[in-house]
Amino acid sequence: MIDSGNTAFIIICAALVFLMTPALAFFYGGLVRRKNVINTMMSSLFIMGLASVLWVAVGYSLSFGGNTAGVIGTFQNVFLNGIGWEPGTYADSIPAQVFVIFQMMFAIITPALITGSVVGRMNFKALFLFILLWSFVVYYPMAHMVWGEGGFLAEIGSIDFAGGNVVHISSGVSALVLSILLGKRRGAEQGNFLPHNIPFVILGACLLWFGWFGFNAGSALAADGLAAHAFLTTNTSAASAMLSWMLIDILREGRPSVVGACTGMVLGLVAITPGAGFVPLWSAFLIGALVSPICYFAVSVIKVKFGYDDALDAFGCHGVGGIWGGIATGIFAQSSINPVAQWNGLAFGDVKLFLAQVISIVITIVIAIVGTLICAGIVKLIVPLRVTEREERVGMDETAHGERAYPTFTGLD
Amino acid sequence: MIKIEAIVRPEKMEDVKDALSLINVNGITLSQVMGCGSQKGKTKTVRGRTFEVNMLPKIKFEIVVSNEEWAQITIDAICNAAYTGEIGDGKIFCYNLDNVVRIRTREIGITAL
Repeated sequence: MIDSGNTAFIIICAALVFLMTPALAFFYGGLVRRKNVINTMMSSLFIMGLASVLWVAVGYSLSFGGNTAGVIGTFQNVFLNGIGWEPGTYADSIPAQVFVIFQMMFAIITPALITGSVVGRMNFKALFLFILLWSFVVYYPMAHMVWGEGGFLAEIGSIDFAGGNVVHISSGVSALVLSILLGKRRGAEQGNFLPHNIPFVILGACLLWFGWFGFNAGSALAADGLAAHAFLTTNTSAASAMLSWMLIDILREGRPSVVGACTGMVLGLVAITPGAGFVPLWSAFLIGALVSPICYFAVSVIKVKFGYDDALDAFGCHGVGGIWGGIATGIFAQSSINPVAQWNGLAFGDVKLFLAQVISIVITIVIAIVGTLICAGIVKLIVPLRVTEREERVGMDETAHGERAYPTFTGLD
Repeated sequence: MIKIEAIVRPEKMEDVKDALSLINVNGITLSQVMGCGSQKGKTKTVRGRTFEVNMLPKIKFEIVVSNEEWAQITIDAICNAAYTGEIGDGKIFCYNLDNVVRIRTREIGITAL
């Protein structure tokens, strides 16, 4: 039975999730140098085209249509064949097409997250091909394994409310691998890579927060109490993480940085994503407050020690924050909140869920590493992954797109 | 005293800055400038239409050194750092400077450098 309230809610939530991709473009765009801002924003924008087309053509079918060995879907719903206005397998009160729309937005934002680690040096054509392949090799299998009918990560009892594994760990780990394959940006020793437009960072981070309400509350797939619960845990976690990053800044530097506060917000949102509809509200304070110090350590100590150039901390934020979120879900989840969780978390004396969470995280990491190596290996045979030294020095805006974000004051260029 | 004005490619800015610091030339003024030389600019396409762009962005370094010998060292350093071999590497202009005043102490001449 179609419920018009639920249907309206999920359609609006899908639009909110869509907004997260342009928001990410502003967030990442503000964090790079002025000569790379257009290329960085385009790296998110083009996926709105590419991933949408792929999703309707084959992506939905490979993720949610049928089941092949618990790993991937089938071709039974290509071009949404057989997906109509009636409720489908995944939600019984909204049209099957609404579920397709909602999930499509996740397939857009996830690969866009990867692009944060490769800014300033990755050949745009190579990035385009990489994202195309990665959708098939990593995203569709991950979405199927966690959320699809008969997906094996769901079968072993692991839970992921809105995409900790599927979205954040998969993209964050892939971003790390890709940044290592590409190598460091040139001039890492002489130049500084300070953010060039902090108001863009604020705009992007706040719109991400706004869009995340659709991402997490919408994952209830109904306009009900669970949606409200997920909305509240999401907001509480983001708020706590923002405050805890500000506290770290004050303790270490004596003053809070705005880039830090914005980073904290996004981290809190990442960390609560897998547990938003499973954990009690009180635990959202802890999940949010702890994610900032964990990721602060990852980006200020681990990244420096190992020397990889994850330019905008796609791994440090989404990878590490997502892993913490998945583990925290294994600690704090309660099956009384959402019966999809078969067991309670570690905090309530049950160890099974915690182990299932750890196993699913490890499997996600392995899939992301192997998948990224395969995709990058194939792309390398067709086009070079990295731009030339001259292109990198002049800047990706001018060399990849022939455009400049900021003309000089005369406007003559 | 000799004033050196070097107009270089924006992407060579950091290399030139580092080369100057390596020879202990620390007083640098830097500005973003527009100009054209024998290049005569280039063309650009916006929504399928072509536009002529005559002026190109460059970076101008302004440096004052005490004598001919230092001027030569400085010029060499800039030339080495800013060279690509393509048209558009830029130019260096030198001229004699009458006086320098340090505002804080009112010192005059070489001591003010």
